[in-house]
Amino acid sequence: MPKPDSLQGSLDLLVLKILSRRPRLHGYAILTAIQARSGEVLRVEEGSLYPALHRMEEAGWIRAEWITKENGRRSRLYELTAQGQKQLASEESRWLAVTAAVNRVLGTV
Amino acid sequence: MFRGDRLSREIDEELQSHIEEAIAQGRDPAEARRALGAALRLREESRDFRLIPWLDSLRADAIFGWRQLKKNKVASAAAILSLALGIGACTGAFRLIDALLLRPLPVAAAEQLYALEHQGIGPEGKPQTFDGWAYPAFQLMRAAVKDQAELIAISYSERTDLTYGSEQDIEKAYRQYVSGWMFSSFGLRPALGRLFTESDDVKPGGHPYAVLSYDYWGRRFGKDPKVIGRTFRMDKNLYRIVGVGPEGFTGTEPGTLTDVFIPTMMHPGAVRRDSTWTRTLARVKPGVALEPLAAKLGAVSRAFEEDRSKAFTNMPKQELENFLNQKLLLEPAAGGISDLQSDYRRPLAALGVLVALVLLIACANVANLMTAQAAARAREMALRVSIGAGRRRLVQLVLVESAWLALLAAALGGVFAWWSAPLIVIMLNPADNPVRLLLPADWRVLGFGLVLTVGVTLLFGLAPALRASAIKPMSAMKGGEDPHARRRLMHALVGVQTAFCFLVLFVAGLFVATFERLSHQPTGFSAERVLALETVTESPQSPDNWEQVAEHLRAAAGVESVAVASSTLLGGWSWNNFISVNGGPPSGVLAYLLSVSPDWRETMKIPLITGRDFRSTDAEPGAALVNETFAKVFFGGENPVGKPFEMLLDEGRRIPFQVVGLVRDARYRDIREPILPQAYYPYRSLDAKGAPEPRRSGIFIVRTSGPNLMAMASILRREVARARPGFRVTNLRTQKEINESHTVRERLLARLALFFGMVALLLAGVGLYGVLDYSVLQRRKEIGIRMALGAQAGDVARRVTVEVFSMVLAGALAGLALGLASVRYVEALLYQVKPSDPAMLALPSLAILAAALLAALPPVIRAVQTDPLTVLRSE
Repeated sequence: MPKPDSLQGSLDLLVLKILSRRPRLHGYAILTAIQARSGEVLRVEEGSLYPALHRMEEAGWIRAEWITKENGRRSRLYELTAQGQKQLASEESRWLAVTAAVNRVLGTV
Repeated sequence: MFRGDRLSREIDEELQSHIEEAIAQGRDPAEARRALGAALRLREESRDFRLIPWLDSLRADAIFGWRQLKKNKVASAAAILSLALGIGACTGAFRLIDALLLRPLPVAAAEQLYALEHQGIGPEGKPQTFDGWAYPAFQLMRAAVKDQAELIAISYSERTDLTYGSEQDIEKAYRQYVSGWMFSSFGLRPALGRLFTESDDVKPGGHPYAVLSYDYWGRRFGKDPKVIGRTFRMDKNLYRIVGVGPEGFTGTEPGTLTDVFIPTMMHPGAVRRDSTWTRTLARVKPGVALEPLAAKLGAVSRAFEEDRSKAFTNMPKQELENFLNQKLLLEPAAGGISDLQSDYRRPLAALGVLVALVLLIACANVANLMTAQAAARAREMALRVSIGAGRRRLVQLVLVESAWLALLAAALGGVFAWWSAPLIVIMLNPADNPVRLLLPADWRVLGFGLVLTVGVTLLFGLAPALRASAIKPMSAMKGGEDPHARRRLMHALVGVQTAFCFLVLFVAGLFVATFERLSHQPTGFSAERVLALETVTESPQSPDNWEQVAEHLRAAAGVESVAVASSTLLGGWSWNNFISVNGGPPSGVLAYLLSVSPDWRETMKIPLITGRDFRSTDAEPGAALVNETFAKVFFGGENPVGKPFEMLLDEGRRIPFQVVGLVRDARYRDIREPILPQAYYPYRSLDAKGAPEPRRSGIFIVRTSGPNLMAMASILRREVARARPGFRVTNLRTQKEINESHTVRERLLARLALFFGMVALLLAGVGLYGVLDYSVLQRRKEIGIRMALGAQAGDVARRVTVEVFSMVLAGALAGLALGLASVRYVEALLYQVKPSDPAMLALPSLAILAAALLAALPPVIRAVQTDPLTVLRSE
């Protein structure tokens, strides 16, 4: 069962967005990409990244495959599915709606 | 679970590569590892998302479902019990139907087996099928189709006397004559010794060998390996046991277990052209067309009969035509051939349908129960939805609860099926010829039970499950979804239940009426306390000796009268011939004959209408007694006393008789058919020189006056042996038993149909009570308000019951329509019962009305006793 994690909803959104821009990344690359794009503000808890990735894979939003690197080691790459695209669109609009609402409250009070 | 290992390794690998990447980018290895946290914990978490969370949820649902069951103990128990009865009855019926009708014989390629039958017009002008041939005809047929099919000859499996020691130790066993090549054609291997081969079937009377069945070997010899080589005497022959058959093979006749197999060449009629004892099985080679094969066999059979009929000088021309014009049929016989199968095919099918209907009624009950409970759990369901349970999860939850009910019911029902099937088998045949049927409880029956359980679960569980999963949380929280839809469903189910219940009761009524009519058919003689002792002698004895034994029996205490006859009335045996009156041509109608001693008419208590009874000086040929039907058919209804007639035998012989007395009609062969024209002639028959002809067998008919019939039976058996040496009672029955053996099937049907009718009524009544009870509970508020506003008790009662009762009425009418429509299928099982008879329709209607009123009483009383104040205050 997914744990009640406050950033969980946003973590999904971020991962999906990153993968929509740059497909076929492995877990560590996603982590550094989020860090870089947020201007070093958002540091993803590494302990929650992989459970989140596996959960999203189970839900069918992303798919993964193993590739073998030059040094002989294997690496798991993730990319977005069509269902994931739809999920990304809905999450993104929900996020914008929520933040707009919050902004309105902050603006008027 | 198996995926777990590979999954764990993969996740470890992924985390490892993550750490390597971190190190490559310059982070401190130890720090990187720490940041990633305990790999184990991560692995477990990740695994949770992938590794069958489904099983976990299933376990949770199962525990929750069990607790739900325990919460409503009474309702659950009622549901489980009614389902158990339905499932158990269905599985028991299947077990029986499978063992008797469906299961193929345990031989190689049973689906290639066919049975030969001829179909034509019988001697009385009615179509009939017959499955016997003379052995020489069989041999011709076998040679003719050698390339296309292998023909195997078998006889009926019959109970005979044999002894392993002296004449004092005679015992009974079931014996079947079989072709020598039967065992190899069936692909069977001996459990001990050897089985027959083709060379055991060449010379008539030249192969006195026997093969025992495995079952008999175990029962009689305790699987003694030294049984090979032992000998026994049967029918004046000494046989040597050469082998034991394989386990599970008990002959080709379901319902009879053959104990001893003998080669066909040992049959006394093996070379006779006029003894049609051979039944024929054909193993048709794959790819051979049936029609041309049947035509070829029919042609050979007809040529044989034509040749034989050249000697029939006394057969009327039309009869001869019909006799020769027979069509040969090949019937599939993968399950063997037996009269039991053909007798019970229809009745068992009818019972199967009744039992299925009872199961459906039980399912409707449970569905109603779950619908009622679902209303109470709407809030719980809404809560589950709001915390994120998917629709699929809710469906699973409700289905698991249904599965609990079905599984518990199936376990209970399995016990019922296991116990009841052998009981029914006992009821299939009269006690003197018991049915012996192996009822295996193997994967076929278990598989059926399993499929039934799953089907039943889905039937009453799926609809509530789907409805529960479609709950919208907001409406549920506010206080309940549309109650009308639920009520409509429950009422519809009540209507369906009533329709099925009516159908079952209607059919049960028909069967019971049939049995009543049949068993009360007048027989024309009295069977009270009459015993029939079938007696055989070592060597043929003169009729005077037989009369001497009869005298000895008369002297015994408790004996009213004794007579000797060649057979019993209704004993299943018949002898008929064409007769000619006044030297005319052979009559078109057969007369039925019986040879009896002078005391026979009195012993059977058949009234003499005119003329006189036999005297001890009467003999055959000579005097004859005829019955009323005989006089009507052959003498135009005039007084036949003093008139002569001749009995015509096949070889052209004519036996003259003169009628000395007219007796009242009595039943000869079958209870159902109209009375046959009968002539009785003296047991004492004289040969050409006028000396009495000796006989080897006869039946002593004894009318007793004592109360204990069975005690008399053993006394009389002893007395026969003591009266004269060489006389032995081989079979003993009461005349009542003999009469009742004609209604065994109808009795079985009546009893079982009545039982299931009662069960159906009970289930429907309980269901009705449940629905009304629930309805009253739901409408508490409404009733309270109405009563507060001054509604009368009668008005309240009417409101509460009108919807449900209109459903019951609709259901009853539907059941009536179904019943009348289904009459066509059960017509063959009925006797003198008209389904459209008002009494037949009234009975189920009254029963259902009574049950409905009884079921409605408690809820209506509760509704009428509602205290408006309490109800309104509690809301």
